[in-house]
This record gives sequence, C-alpha cells and structure tokens, in this order.
Amino acid sequence: MKILVCITHVPDTTSKIAFSNNNLEFDKTGVQFVIGPYDDYALARAVELKEQQGGTITALNVGEVETEPTLRKALAIGADDAIRVNTPALDSFFVATQIASVAKEGNYDLILMGRESIDFNGGMVHGMVGEILGIPSLSPVMKLEIEGGKAKLAREIEGGKEYLEVDLPLIAGCQEPIAEWKIPNMRGIMMARSKPLSVVEPSENNANTKTESYELPPKKGEVKMIDSDNVGELVRLLKEEAKVL
Amino acid sequence: MSVLVFVEQSEGKIKKSSREAVSYASAMNDGDVVALVMGTADGDQLATLGNNGAAKVVHSTDSRLDKGVIRAYSAGIAQVMESEGSDTLVMAESSIGNPVAARVSIKTSASLASNVVGLPDTSSGFKVKRSIYTGKAFANTILEASKRILILKKGAVPLKEDGAAASVESIDLAFDDSDFGVTITSQEKATGQVLLPEADIVVSGGRGLKGPENWGMIEELAAELGAATGCSKPVSDMDWRPHHEHVGQTGIKVAPTLYIAVGISGAIQHLAGVNSSKFIVVINKDADAPFFKAADYGIVGDAFDVVPKLIQAIKAAK
Ligand SMILES: Cc1cc2nc3c(=O)[nH]c(=O)nc-3n(C[C@H](O)[C@H](O)[C@H](O)COP(=O)(O)OP(=O)(O)OC[C@H]3O[C@@H](n4cnc5c(N)ncnc54)[C@H](O)[C@@H]3O)c2cc1C
Ligand SMILES: Nc1ncnc2c1ncn2[C@@H]1O[C@H](COP(=O)(O)O)[C@@H](O)[C@H]1O
Repeated sequence: MKILVCITHVPDTTSKIAFSNNNLEFDKTGVQFVIGPYDDYALARAVELKEQQGGTITALNVGEVETEPTLRKALAIGADDAIRVNTPALDSFFVATQIASVAKEGNYDLILMGRESIDFNGGMVHGMVGEILGIPSLSPVMKLEIEGGKAKLAREIEGGKEYLEVDLPLIAGCQEPIAEWKIPNMRGIMMARSKPLSVVEPSENNANTKTESYELPPKKGEVKMIDSDNVGELVRLLKEEAKVL
Repeated sequence: MSVLVFVEQSEGKIKKSSREAVSYASAMNDGDVVALVMGTADGDQLATLGNNGAAKVVHSTDSRLDKGVIRAYSAGIAQVMESEGSDTLVMAESSIGNPVAARVSIKTSASLASNVVGLPDTSSGFKVKRSIYTGKAFANTILEASKRILILKKGAVPLKEDGAAASVESIDLAFDDSDFGVTITSQEKATGQVLLPEADIVVSGGRGLKGPENWGMIEELAAELGAATGCSKPVSDMDWRPHHEHVGQTGIKVAPTLYIAVGISGAIQHLAGVNSSKFIVVINKDADAPFFKAADYGIVGDAFDVVPKLIQAIKAAK
C-alpha cells in the first residue's frame, strides 16, 4: 500500500501568538515549530498500517526550507521518504492544488492528513484535494482499518460518531484516538539522515484569498472573585450584570 | 443576485446554527436570501426560515439525501448556486458543512473562508475577519474570486427572528453514483441533549472531579441551566466522558455565552477551545489555577461543596 501523509509545520500548542511588522507578519521569535498534532496522529496510523500490511510512506509538506527539520522528524518517526513543495503555503486552496499534483504523480492508495492545521484551523485542505482528485475525503476520522482495498472508519459527528465503509483510494483527516503519537527513537533519527527528501517546485496555481492584516483578541478584564460561602452572589451577577441567565 | 445558505437539520429540526447562517446572509444585504434544504423535511418548518431572513427555500426531497452524504450535498449546492445565480454561499461550521464547503469551493472556483466571526467589509473588495491559531488571533482576509463561500463560527451575528414566511419550492437535482460512494453503516448519537457546538451555556468538568461517578452534579447543573456538558482532554482520554465532549485545541471549540469550568486547571490547550466564550466562570480549589486569569467570575473552593450550592442558588433564583 502506498500512503501519502501531509504534514504541517506549526507553532507548538503552548506558543504565545504575536505579530510583527505592523500586524502584517507572524512573529516567530521564541516560537518552537512542531509537526501539527493532528498530522502526528495521521503519521502514527500510517506507520501502524505499514507494519501490518507493508508498503511505503511518503511525508509531504508545502512550505519553505525552514520546514525541513519537521519533515526529517516525520522520517525519523517512520516515513520512508519526504517531499517538500518549495513555496510558502499561501492559502488552503493553493496548498490543496499543490498536494493534489504531488498525489496525481504518486498514485497513492491512501492520503492521510490531520483533521485541521492548528495555525489556520481550516479543516479544508482534505476536502479540496478530494474534490480535485475526484475521490472521497472523510474527516475527522477516529478509527481507520484497511482490508482488501476497502476502508472501514469511524468519523466524529456532533454528539457522537458514525461508522463508514468506502473503497480506496481515500483521503482521511485524522484525530485521536486513531493511533498513539510515536516519538522518534535514536535509530529512527540516525536513519532519517540518509532517507531521501526531495524538493519540488510548485505547479503554477494561484491563491484566491489574501490576508491583509492580523490582530489579537481584546484583553480580558479583571476576574471578579466571589466567596464560596456566597454562591448566590454569582447567580445574581450572571443575571443582572452579565445578563446570561 | 442572491446569497445561498446551506441549511442542515438534526433530529428532524432545522439546526439553530443554520438559522444563524440565514440571519447572517440576510444581514449581508446583498440580494435575496435563498435557503437550500436537502433530504426529507417538514414543509411548515421550512417556511419558518423566512423568519430568519430567507425569501425563498429550495427543497430537494430526494431521500438519499437524508444521511450525511457529503459529495452529493456538494454536487447539489453547486447546481443551485448556478441556477439561482448566487455569488455567495453561507453555511454554519459543522461536521457536514466544512467538508461540503471545501468541495463546493473547488467545483465553483470560489474563494473560501472558514471560522468567519463577523459580517464582511465590502468597502473595497470582500473582506472577512476569521479566527485563526485556535482563537488566539484573527486574520482579515480578502476573498479575491468572483464567488465566495463563508463558513461561520457560532455567534457571528445575532439570530434574526422577525421576518415573514418564506416561499418553499421543490427542486430536482442530478447526482452521480460516485456521489453516494461512501456508505454510512451506523450512527451512535446522543439524542434529546443540547449539543456542545450549538449550546449557549456549557458546563465542563476536569480532572479535579476525581472520577466519572462524580459527574451527576455536573449534569444536574447543566440540566438546571439548559446547558451542554463538556470536559477536559484527560477526562475523555481516561474514558470518564465520551470523546465528543472534549473541549480544547484538539477537541471541540465552543463559543457559548456562558462557559462554566469546574476542576479544570486552564492549560493553554484547553483555553484555546473556550476563548470565544462571552463569559467564563471558573470554580477551582487552587487560587493560583491559571484558568482564573481567563475568567470573568471565579470562586475558589471545593467543587463538591460549591457546585451543589450553585444548583440550589439557581433553583432559588428561578
Ligand atoms: C498537543 C496537546 C494538545 C492538548 N489539547 C487539549 C485539549 O484540547 N483540551 C484539554 O482540555 N487539554 C488539552 N491538552 C492537555 C492540557 O495540557 C492539560 O493537561 C489538561 O487540559 C488538564 O486537564 P485538567 O485541567 O482537567 O486537569 P489538571 O491539570 O489535573 O487540573 C485539575 C484541576 O482541578 C483542580 N481541583 C482538584 N480538585 C478539586 C476540587 N475538589 N474542587 C475544585 N477544583 C479541584 C486542581 O486545582 C486543578 O486546577 C493538550 C495537551 C497537548 C500537549
Ligand atoms: N502546508 C501544508 N503542507 C502539507 N500539508 C498540509 C499543509 N497545510 C495543510 N495540510 C494538510 O491538511 C490538513 C488540514 O489543514 P487545514 O485545512 O489547513 O486545516 C492538515 O492537517 C495537513 O495534513
């Protein structure tokens, strides 16, 4: 089975978000970049499926040279090779067209992504790639089994989940508990150094959105503390001050 | 020109988030609002979308559309955008709406914006504000294509409830077999409960509650307030509560008017899921719990003492 795993290079979940250059650019000062947490689930499931059934795993990122350590980490976790499409990730449409052209070349049975990136949180790229390629795309997937060219999955819906069956090829946007995150071991890190990481130039396509500026949410006011012996006061404030009851 | 709204139902009723999307389209003031409903539905109920601002409801009664068939919905929407001449498609974020929007954007070459939090600014181009970095920031984004799709976050506009009845028309849509290529074999869904993403009030519990057997008081407090229940990640990881209740960066992002957190420390990943709440109440026995910094009202105390008292106080105030 040929598996493609799409990896984002995003600020660690504990990062403080700030902007520089008059709110025009993300401020990378002191920010640690990691594999997107949902992409980590996708990669972990890919490694398990390969262990069960054989095959190859290709890790893909659309991004500039600074994302290569993140791709190397994916190689250390268990991808066999990596591809970087050498361009800034302009918007979801642009990224989806780039992923789709790599996918067309490679003829993958399964394309695993994260449920969403944690920078733009669109949860859009998998559906877009699915539509461009004319194949099904399901997200957020919490369980994925492959048997004889068919996939059986569980997808989270509001207030519960649904179970689905579909033929490959398939795109899945992954989330827990699809697999346990894998931490690279020493041997994996050593091997990753010599695994192939190819850089391809973007296909000609344009973004169709443009972000003009960024802003931070307004600062929260001071918290009002209420004595635990006077809980009625909280109810009064919620009613009369906040007007939410 | 018209604005098309994709309307979803749940348990045979139009979702409140979809009514909000119709209200949004009406507030855009950019031509007639047409609402599209796919699958079996009650005609009287459809006409009530007029109340929220729809001029017309277009309804496909094809019963194959009763279950969440993402590709078929996408194909149907693209056809109706064409036949109604709609430049803009609006919908609420959901497990169906998001993947459908992604597909329609490709079919129609539309610019797409998700997590939209307010009305567009059309003074020069078409600009929307969207939430990014899991609610830690916003982007002001211009949609450059001649068609656009907006996926709304809960609360993007107030619900409009003062319109007239809408006309309801049925429509025939054409589908391919591949539109039904995914088989839904079964669904497990809580019924009759307030769903977390739609709730105006959420009561959440964390590891401070010690075990699943102590959720009775959380459920009672929620029932008293007509609220949905949520939890922190470790709570769902340990199976004290189902996964779909897990709130935060890697779970559900909620945007209620009131979020009550009981025995939750307020880790940055949890806050990421609740920072769109209008008011936050924190109950924690540790006065230094980081959650108090993000709260509007706080009580330092033992949950097992404070929550029962709070339930009594709410009953007394009714
Ligand atoms: C990549 C990543 C993603 C994550 N995503 C999420 C996410 O989406 N959502 C999420 O919630 N977490 C997430 N986490 C985990 C997060 O970092 C915290 O570990 C988690 O939120 C802590 O849960 P908690 O507050 O319930 O437990 P704890 O941190 O153990 O806090 C328990 C709190 O209860 C209080 N308490 C104890 N007893 C009582 C009592 N009797 N009465 C009142 N208060 C009491 C304590 O003072 C304490 O503040 C993520 C972590 C990582 C690394
Ligand atoms: N720049 C990128 N490079 C590779 N994969 C990406 C990129 N952006 C998004 N993806 C994939 O698409 C998923 C959904 O992203 P999004 O639609 O941005 O929320 C992510 O979890 C990744 O698997």
